[in-house]
Amino acid sequence: MGKLVVPLALFAAWWAATASGAIKSYQLASPRDVVRELFELAQTGLLWRDLGASIERVALGFAIALFLALIVGSLVGGSRIAERALDPTLQAIRAVPSLAWVPLILLWLGIGETAKVTLVAIGAFFPIYVALVSGIHGVDRKLVEVGTIYGLSRTALITRVLVPATLPQLLVGARIGLTQAWLFLVAAELLAATSGLGFLLTDGQQTSRTDEILVAILLFAACGKLSETGMRQLEKRLVGWTDTVPV
Amino acid sequence: MTSARRRSAGSESPAARIRGLRKAYGTHLVFDGLDLDVARGERVAVLGASGCGKSTLLRCIAGLERSDAGTIATAGEIGVMFQEPRLFPWLDVGRNVAFPARNGTERVRVPNVLALVGLAHAATRLPKELSGGMAQRAALARALVRDPHLLLLDEPFAALDALRRIELRAAVHEILTLTRASAILVTHDVDDALAIADRVIVLAGSPAEVAFTGNVGETATRAAILDALGVVEGGAYSRVRG
Repeated sequence: MGKLVVPLALFAAWWAATASGAIKSYQLASPRDVVRELFELAQTGLLWRDLGASIERVALGFAIALFLALIVGSLVGGSRIAERALDPTLQAIRAVPSLAWVPLILLWLGIGETAKVTLVAIGAFFPIYVALVSGIHGVDRKLVEVGTIYGLSRTALITRVLVPATLPQLLVGARIGLTQAWLFLVAAELLAATSGLGFLLTDGQQTSRTDEILVAILLFAACGKLSETGMRQLEKRLVGWTDTVPV
Repeated sequence: MTSARRRSAGSESPAARIRGLRKAYGTHLVFDGLDLDVARGERVAVLGASGCGKSTLLRCIAGLERSDAGTIATAGEIGVMFQEPRLFPWLDVGRNVAFPARNGTERVRVPNVLALVGLAHAATRLPKELSGGMAQRAALARALVRDPHLLLLDEPFAALDALRRIELRAAVHEILTLTRASAILVTHDVDDALAIADRVIVLAGSPAEVAFTGNVGETATRAAILDALGVVEGGAYSRVRG
């Protein structure tokens, strides 16, 4: 109950400010207008088109990032040679604020879906990669020794000891990666899009429709929260055995 | 690399036979020609100062370290128990104990060994839900699941409080008697050694050599072992008592 106090107060202030006319509707739409706009978008089908487009880009970009991070992360975490060859470069790339890639990506890939998905994948890749490598490096050597004592093959050592031992870190990385994916989606869709939640934002800005902008923001919040909750549920199910609370 | 390891199941061969073991870490020579025999069913306690090579010896026998020269021959299966339980946190107790099992015959032993260590009721618990003593019991059960001829015990009681220590020591003693398995117990505690072993050896020097060997109940008395370890017991108190 306590955690509802602040949101309810904010909502009441929003409602009071817009209903009294203290804030004009072109500056901030009223809750009523936002809800009406939401229903309107839903009825015309535009809501589902934009929501679907955004979710598709996030899902695809995240899946690509996860796939690549698993391969590169396993290589770098598992082999000293690969680590020396790849990690410094990847760390340097990671140090570049990722939005700085946007102009280059647009030049290379145009303004189509590929560019947007690529940007999302770049955003999601690094948290997953970093978490996986540190997870592999952090595997308790003493547990690996137990596997060695009982004569486990290399494959069995990987599947029975290394993979489960790395999973908690990997899932935390994936959760952060998914949050990053949504962040980068906004950037991609703000720049050039004819559909998606980011398109709703720019469209609202160009037509001075604050209700449309607020609908997009609320939907972003809902999507971000839902994917975060989903990932936390997955962590609880898969790595509930950890003795620590994952951050 | 001249080291050799082999496992034979011949009924005549000792549980472990070490000949000319040589092991160095960089320039530090831990062993240079160490010999040790452990007979079938014999329980040997290895004592020595910290860093003298007790654990290295066990790790060489377990195959965790490669010796630089010499031979280590063991008969049949080996079970290992460490100072820490080393349970896999993602497996419940039953699955942890079943971890070394390679076939159905070994897997059906899981409930038996769990009962043997007094954990029959805890098979579905996760390691994070166990006390230190229970976790060490689970580790003991895991070491037993392949029905080993030789148990390697590396300071298995060191992390336990005094009461759990006495309990687990009694349990290990009972289980070794029951299974007639041989054991090498590495410890720094003379009481652990006297409670479990038939024979006590003391490692000393650098490279380490067997400085003392004696059977419990014969020459391996508390005083003789402490003397071999270079411990002056009692100090001021015993001097005053004179």
